[in-house]
Amino acid sequence: MMRFLLLFSRQGKLRLQKWFTPIPEREKKKIVRDMTTMVLARKPRSCNFLHWKDLKIVYKRYASLYFCCGLDAEENELIALEMLHRYVELLDKYFGNVCELDIIFNFEKAYFILDEFLLGGEIQETSKQVVSRAIEASDMLQEVRCCPVGTDLRSVFPSS
Amino acid sequence: MSPSVRLQEMIRVIRGARTQGEERGVIQRECAAIRAQFRQADNGTRSHNLAKLLYVHMLGYPAHFGQMECVRLIASPRYNEKRVGYLGAMMLLDEKQDASLLITNSIKNDLSHNSQYVQSLALCTLACMGSAEMCRDLAPEIDRLLRASNSYIKKKAALCAVHIVRKVPDLGELFTPAARSLLCEKNHGVLHGAVVLITELCERNPDTLEQFRKVVPELVQIMKGLVMSGYSPEHNVAGISDPFLQVRILRLLRILGRNNDTASDAMNDLLAQVATNTDSSKTAGSAVLYETVLTVMDIKSESGLRVLAVNILGRFLLNNDRNIRYISMTSLQKIVQTDHNAVQRHRGTIVDCLKDQDASVKRRALELSLALVSAVNIRSLMKELLLFLSSCPPELRAHTTSGIFNAAERYAPSQRWHIDTILHVLTTAGGDVRDETVPNLIQLITTATELHCYTVHKLYRALITDISVQSLVQVACWCIGEYGDLLLRGECEETEPVQVTEDDVLDALETVLQSHMSSPATRGFALTATMKLSTRITHNVDRIRSIVSIYGSCIDVELQQRAVEYNALFKKYDHMRAAVLERMPVIDKSSPGHTNGESAGGIKELEQTKLTQEVVLPKDPGNQVCDLLDLLGGSGEPVPSSGLSHTVPGPATSTSGGDLLDLLGGLDVSPAPPSVKVYEKNGVTLKLQTDSQTDTGMTITLTATNSTDGDITSLTLQAAVPKSVQLQMKAPSGDVIPARGLGLVTQTVLLNNPNKVSLKMRVRVCYSSQGAVCQDTVQIDSFPSPAW
Repeated sequence: MMRFLLLFSRQGKLRLQKWFTPIPEREKKKIVRDMTTMVLARKPRSCNFLHWKDLKIVYKRYASLYFCCGLDAEENELIALEMLHRYVELLDKYFGNVCELDIIFNFEKAYFILDEFLLGGEIQETSKQVVSRAIEASDMLQEVRCCPVGTDLRSVFPSS
Repeated sequence: MSPSVRLQEMIRVIRGARTQGEERGVIQRECAAIRAQFRQADNGTRSHNLAKLLYVHMLGYPAHFGQMECVRLIASPRYNEKRVGYLGAMMLLDEKQDASLLITNSIKNDLSHNSQYVQSLALCTLACMGSAEMCRDLAPEIDRLLRASNSYIKKKAALCAVHIVRKVPDLGELFTPAARSLLCEKNHGVLHGAVVLITELCERNPDTLEQFRKVVPELVQIMKGLVMSGYSPEHNVAGISDPFLQVRILRLLRILGRNNDTASDAMNDLLAQVATNTDSSKTAGSAVLYETVLTVMDIKSESGLRVLAVNILGRFLLNNDRNIRYISMTSLQKIVQTDHNAVQRHRGTIVDCLKDQDASVKRRALELSLALVSAVNIRSLMKELLLFLSSCPPELRAHTTSGIFNAAERYAPSQRWHIDTILHVLTTAGGDVRDETVPNLIQLITTATELHCYTVHKLYRALITDISVQSLVQVACWCIGEYGDLLLRGECEETEPVQVTEDDVLDALETVLQSHMSSPATRGFALTATMKLSTRITHNVDRIRSIVSIYGSCIDVELQQRAVEYNALFKKYDHMRAAVLERMPVIDKSSPGHTNGESAGGIKELEQTKLTQEVVLPKDPGNQVCDLLDLLGGSGEPVPSSGLSHTVPGPATSTSGGDLLDLLGGLDVSPAPPSVKVYEKNGVTLKLQTDSQTDTGMTITLTATNSTDGDITSLTLQAAVPKSVQLQMKAPSGDVIPARGLGLVTQTVLLNNPNKVSLKMRVRVCYSSQGAVCQDTVQIDSFPSPAW
């Protein structure tokens, strides 16, 4: 499983953090510091895989953002790269030509999209279209202001 | 006006802050406002306030006062508030916070909500931060959702079940039936979740693993469908149909096929198909191939398939993509022990990767190269490793040097090659070698006796080039000290000899002594080497004398001590100098802590111990008198031994009791332990019997008996032996001898005679008999032979 997913800028500013195991606040900060230091120190054309304690670290740079995830030792690093790429594609589809500022100013949307793609550290949906449709439907639901408890929303917004 | 602009406005303001202090100020103001808002009644802005707080939290500021707000928002009927509330719960709450228990009920309610999106929020949160308690509470709900809901919910419920099983493994049994039925679904999301759940169940419970082996054919079918299916736009990634699902299925097959022939057989064809048909030009395809290779190597696959797998890894090694080269090497590392020959075929490519730019790739290549060293390829591989050492990154140097030394030690084709290799490493990376390298190398040099001339020439050349590498300098000094005469002779078979004078050699050593780069230990080596040369050169002994005397006042105490001792060697013990400084014997590697010089080569073999049946008697006892230690005071003359039996005890003189023990009847050797009477007076008899005898000692027993009508009390026996013999008297059995032979007292005596002088013993007997104290001394010149 994936233990954590971090997004940070070239200056080391954290833009998103998702933790899939319970970790004390202090240790989270330490892990973030370690990851940013390690990843930012890497040369441009290096390999995308690192070893840190007993975890495999897979990272990829997209424009000004680093996507960095920590995996259990038995995970497949290449498919993890694909996972990171899929997440970027989903963000791109949602925001349209996503850039770092989109993620800064709409961080909660980035989390919602992530929560439709990964669950408990594992992939929950392998189809891009399904994920995008689910996000759109949730957004539309959010716009409906006063929905009384018990309204069968499935009649209004059919499930994908 | 959309209230979220206020959130974005705050973010803009925070980002506009020019200093850390300014940012802190802005955030403190905002947090105060947020806290105030939380205290107010519901005014429709709660979700945005929480969102603002979550942003602040991400910047690293404390946000614990938002925890209760999360709980409240989760319970709200409005979807937008629930959404942010659950997000807040996942970010601010974890199972260690007390507030997390409060949301259990909300989650429970939301799991049965009409809206699947609300259900989804609850499932997501439970899978992210659900504690063991919550998991136990809600497990039945999850099981229900696994069976009777739409695919959107089913896939989430499956992963939620995975989380529950991780937290509370016992609940695995609850989900097993549902997991089984999920495999029939067509929806990829649900299938993926099902495979993950089954993997988790099988990893935790061997019985479940046994059960699920039966689904291998089904999994094979699903995989086949994915591999053979045409282009499916929904799941296609770079030409591969749903690589995520393929990888998960392959991983599950690996677990099911491990250590099981039937299951492995069932998947053989499929694995071969995937291995050959998957296009690996992009990462997605490579990921699937990688997983296939891992599975093939882990199950009981046929050899043809294994070779195919190793070849795929070999192909990966040539890939342009650095990532693929890296993972290929990690996989090869795992299998190099079991499939050594297969990996050897790719040695060339692996060695080339030593020259890669990337540090991770270099590290992997180094590990793999070291694992591939064998007697056959040692020469060529070592060349590559030494080349690598000269340009390798500093963090890998220590590992490389120790790897090279280990390999050289195991597979060195010749001693000269071994020495050359170690010297090469010392010249290139002498600062990164282990401490034992210097003594190990010295030991190696001493054993290579034919190469002394060669070695000293090489080391001399190295020394005059560069004296900064301490380990090399130390070995060089030692060699020059030891074999300097070979150096000065000016002839060498193995290499171009140097034409040096004694002055040149002494110059080199003095440079080391005086250089600020030399460590104290190195200077010690140099000084001793200089001293040793005094017996190996002819003309410049005076120069050595003066060097040594200068260092007699050196500030370094160790050097000073050495110099003073060497000075003394010159002045007072000049006659011993040659012997002390002569050539050292070969150092035995296994002797603990190689002590310099004194370990005389080889332990002399113990002479055959011959069991002597007879003690050879001295012909005239008078000569032996001066050896006896006069412990007993009084007369220095030996007690006349007339009362003692002098004769050589043979089989013929065996005493009572012997016949009973004559089990071997007819043999010459008497089985009975002969015991000799050594003293008889006043009814007290003292007998001596030899229990055992070696040529350096014996054990005897003295037995005292009493034939009088009264008991003998306070019996003590004392014994004296010649100077070089050691005596140990054990405790007597008692000090009272009962009357009329009804009992006896015995005492064992151990004699150690390392110098093999003729054994004699004087025994003093003291006792009280019928109220009178008696004391007597007897001398024993001969001892009876032992029992066997």
